Order: sequence, then structure tokens, then C-alpha cells
Amino acid sequence: MKLTQGTFSFLPDLTDEQIERQIEYCLANGWSLGIEYTDDPHPRNSLWEMWNLPMFDVAEPKAILFEINACRKAFPNHYIKLIANNSTRGRETVALSFIVNRPAQEPGFRLDRQEAAGRTVRYTIHSYATDRPAGARYNGAS
Amino acid sequence: MNKNLIPDERYRAGVIPYARMGYWAPDYSPKDTDVLALFRVTPQEGVDPVEAAAAVAGESSTATWTVVWTDRLTDCDVYRAKAYRVDPVPNSPDQYFAYIAYDLDLFEEGSIPNLTASIIGNVFGFKAVRALRLEDMRIPVAYLKTFQGPATGIVVERERLDKFGRPLLGATVKPKLGLSGRNYSRVVYEALQGGLDFTKDDENINSQPFMRWRERFLFSMEAVNRASAATGEVKGHYLNVTAATMEEMYERAECAKELGSAIIMIDLVVGYTAIQSMAKWARKNDMILHLHRAGNSAYARQKNHGINFRVICKWMRMAGVDHLHAGTVVGKLEGDPFTVKGFYDTLREPHTPMRLENGLFFDQDWASLRKVMPVASGGIHAGQMHQLLHYLGEDVVLQFGGGTIGHPEGIAAGATANRVAVEAMILARNEGRDYLTEGPEILERAARWCSPLRGALETWKDVTFNYESTDTVDFVALTTPTY
Repeated sequence: MKLTQGTFSFLPDLTDEQIERQIEYCLANGWSLGIEYTDDPHPRNSLWEMWNLPMFDVAEPKAILFEINACRKAFPNHYIKLIANNSTRGRETVALSFIVNRPAQEPGFRLDRQEAAGRTVRYTIHSYATDRPAGARYNGAS
Repeated sequence: MNKNLIPDERYRAGVIPYARMGYWAPDYSPKDTDVLALFRVTPQEGVDPVEAAAAVAGESSTATWTVVWTDRLTDCDVYRAKAYRVDPVPNSPDQYFAYIAYDLDLFEEGSIPNLTASIIGNVFGFKAVRALRLEDMRIPVAYLKTFQGPATGIVVERERLDKFGRPLLGATVKPKLGLSGRNYSRVVYEALQGGLDFTKDDENINSQPFMRWRERFLFSMEAVNRASAATGEVKGHYLNVTAATMEEMYERAECAKELGSAIIMIDLVVGYTAIQSMAKWARKNDMILHLHRAGNSAYARQKNHGINFRVICKWMRMAGVDHLHAGTVVGKLEGDPFTVKGFYDTLREPHTPMRLENGLFFDQDWASLRKVMPVASGGIHAGQMHQLLHYLGEDVVLQFGGGTIGHPEGIAAGATANRVAVEAMILARNEGRDYLTEGPEILERAARWCSPLRGALETWKDVTFNYESTDTVDFVALTTPTY
């Protein structure tokens, strides 16, 4: 499967040049950029690990791209996303978020059903990746 | 004391003009805490516009047709609404804009039914006016602060869905009546796993003989969860809980919650009390509340009579819904770009300045009430993506019903076409491209590698709905008062 979280997951993977142009757009809007990575892409996992702090004072797109590539090098088989934070009053949340790295193999999710009273079902989405301990997921062997 | 009043004459038993009863106060300057209303008044032939405006102020506040001595037991000058300005409507010789101020104490805190019982209660049937339309209102911050506002709001909705930086995509299941629960959920599943964020019950699907509500809820949630597992995304289906009684609506909403739905919906026809009740329930239960504006065109569309939809937008933001259908500009339903911008701004902005060209007659501070996500639905398709983004912005749900389900290669392909189109357009916009002009080319380029998008563009490329709007704005520039 292909995980389709993020703003551009239905497009072909963005090149570094395309990513740089999105970074320029974010910086022009005054948003700060952060990099986050995970090996547990459950749709309700809102807390991916931070690759350092959001880069509040970095105004150079190339420097941010450099950090993305450093994160890719450290976690080549993790999901990595770029997040733009908008601190404007009344907004104060993510403005743009898209995946910039994904594992070679994406095992996806299993839907567990617990049959309950009447015809109701309790659903749980189970991330296959989390069957293995953190750190040993997506290590290329799958 | 109002200078038009001569006390001993004012309270002599009998009938005197409303203007002389104190409902016309041209020197009054509205207080920051006043509720302001702007009516479009069409007086009966021979009725002075000022008297018509005063009558509207009177009948929407304290007046009756004759003098009553019991007024004198109250501080009646405070409770009287005051028409304070009357302007002729540009290019409409028999119509007048009447500005009316209401003291804050005329209204119960946090109650849309009470507010509307005054403002639109009796007055629209009043014989001295041939037609009457409520065009706009200014709600004071002091009053806004007594309302919950949207249960979830745009910001939290996006955080819950984990979807940022692009319009959300939806589709209404079609045919809207007649499908069994199982067949209905087929549409939900295909559309969601194909790339849409939401699917939607239509306004008139409740619990009919061909599909009772539980059948729809159970099968649809299977589809939602299957699609979520297939994509790794949060997905939703607006489960319509509209029913005959509050008890029944709560029962359906509770079931939606137990099944893990992220969102429920209600129709505008359930009424203001029911809407406010469901908004409280939604806040309490972490549920997004979608409102379908079923019925609004019955009173909102004609220019000379009824309620302008921008007022409904204001009331619904106060009442606490999270989604509201507010026009598409380019689709099949009513709405010119200037008027629709006024609706969208009213739903989404923290502050809307007076802008007559958008039909906004007052400065409105929204006092940190959360923002309502506008929904664009009705006759839109992937080939219009550049126009939709230009007119409606990115905080909007674009609902392609026919434009998903009618795709020649199937529902999932229709969904993929819409998702690829929106992502390609956002990418181009962010890159600084002139996407409105280059839109067709941007879509064509994406269609080279995305065959579902190619199919959508070929099927609907020439479909447009170019009809003249009924409800348009009156101003291209400022007018000056003449009274």
C-alpha cells in the first residue's frame, strides 16, 4: 500500500527541487518548518518524533533541505514529513504537511473487528509495522 | 429622551405613526453593545419609507398597533428598537435600506431562537410593507460571547483529520434515495479509498422503508474503517441524524459516536433550537457537526423578501455548527462570486470589515468564535479545480457528488481524479504559478500520468452553469445616506 497522509501523497514523490519551492512558499508566509519521522504511521498517531526543534529562525531553504537529507540519511526507512507551523493568532496550527521520505516497503494496516451487541462492530486499525519493536521496523528486510 | 416624543400626546389612547411612537431616531448613534439589523424595505404604495422603517423597528421590538399606557411602567425608550438611518437602494426606486438598533437587553443570552423571534418574528407579514428582507446584522461582541460557537472549528477539525494545506474533498452518495445499506456503503468505500476525505448522506436520507438509519450507519462505518485501513488516513462519512424529535436525534448521534464516526450531520430544517442542542452535544462528544442548508433557498434567494443567506451564516456560526454549505460560484446552484465571498468570509474570518461590494454592511468582530468550514457542493468537477481554489480558498470542503460517482471508470477513479487535481493545483499555487490562468494546463499535465484525471477532464470538460444570479449585491461603491 501507499500511505496517503500529507498534502501531496497522490502526486509522484517530490524532487528536492520541488520540495525547495514548497519550503520557499512556507518561509514567504512566515511559517516555521519542522521535520518529523516515525515508524508507526497509524492515522491517529499525531506525535511523530521530532528531528530537532522546529527551525524558527532558519530563512534559507537550502539549510532546511540539508536537514531533510540528514534525517533521510539517519532514517532511510522511516516515514519523514515536513511540517509548516503557522503561529498567527486564531490559527496556531499546522499550515502544510507533506511526506518527504517513505520506507521501501509499506506494509500498511489491518482492520480488526470486534463483533459487539446487535450488529455493531468495534473497529481497530492495526499498523503491521508495530508488530516489530520500535527501531526494528522497516529495516529493509521486511 | 427622544426629541420626536411629546409626552402628553405620545400616550393619548389611539393610533399614531410608529415614527412618532419613538421607533424613528435619526440622531441615535448605535452603542457598541447594540444588535444592529439592516432590512431591505419595500413599503406599500403611499407609505413613507421612514414610517415603514419605524414600523419594522416597532414590530420587531416592543410595539403593537396602538398606544398602550403600560409602556409607561417600563423604561420603554431603552426597549424600543430604533430605526436610525434609511437609504434608498441603488437602482431600485421602490426599495429602502433601513438600519435598526436593538438594545442588548432585548435578547436572551446564547439563544438564536430568542434573537430570531424578535428580528424575524412577526414583522415579515406586516401589511404596511409589501416585501421585507433581512440583509445583514451586526452582533455585538458582548452578545457573541454568550454563544458556544462551532463545536470543533476549522483548526481542530484539521488537527483531528491530520489534513492540512489543501481543500478537503467529499462526495454525496447518489442516488440519494433508494439504495440499501449494503449498496450505499459500496459508494462510501470506493470514494474514500479512491482519495476523498469525506462522503456524505444527503439532506433527505433519514430512515425510510428502503434503508433504516441503523442499516446505513453500520454499513457506512464498515466502509469508513476499511478505507482508513487501506490508505492510512482519517476518513469520515457525514451520518445524517436528522429526525422528528430531539430524542430520536440524540439516539442516532449516540450510535454514530459508538461506531467511532468522526462526523455527523443535521439539516437546517430541524430548527434553531435543535441545531444549538446538537452543537452542544457535538462539543461534548468530540464530533464534527455538518449542517446541510436544506430549505434555505425557500426564503433566502429572492432579493426583495426573506433573509439573506449571509445572516443565516452568522446565526449558524453562533449556533455552533462546523460545516455549512455556502455556494460554489462555478457550480449548478445560486451564487455570484461577490455574494459568495461575503458568505465565506462570514464563516471563516476572525473579523469582517464593512464591505458593501460583498454585501457586508457592518464591521463584525467575531470575538474568537471558532470558524465554520464552508462546503461547496452542487455541479462541480475536477476540471474547475483552479477556479474553485481561486474563489473559495483552501479552507473549504469541495464536494464532488456526480463529479466522483459519475466517472466513466468508476467511483474510486472519480475520487482519485479529484484528489490528484487538488494536490497538483496546490503544488502549483505554492510554487508561485499563476494557477488561475494556467489551471487547464496544470490539470492536463497531471492527466498525462493520471488516467482517472484524464477521464474526468474528457467527460466534463465543457460543463459550465452560466446563469444569471437572482441574489446579487447592490453596491459597486459606497452610497451616501439621504435621510
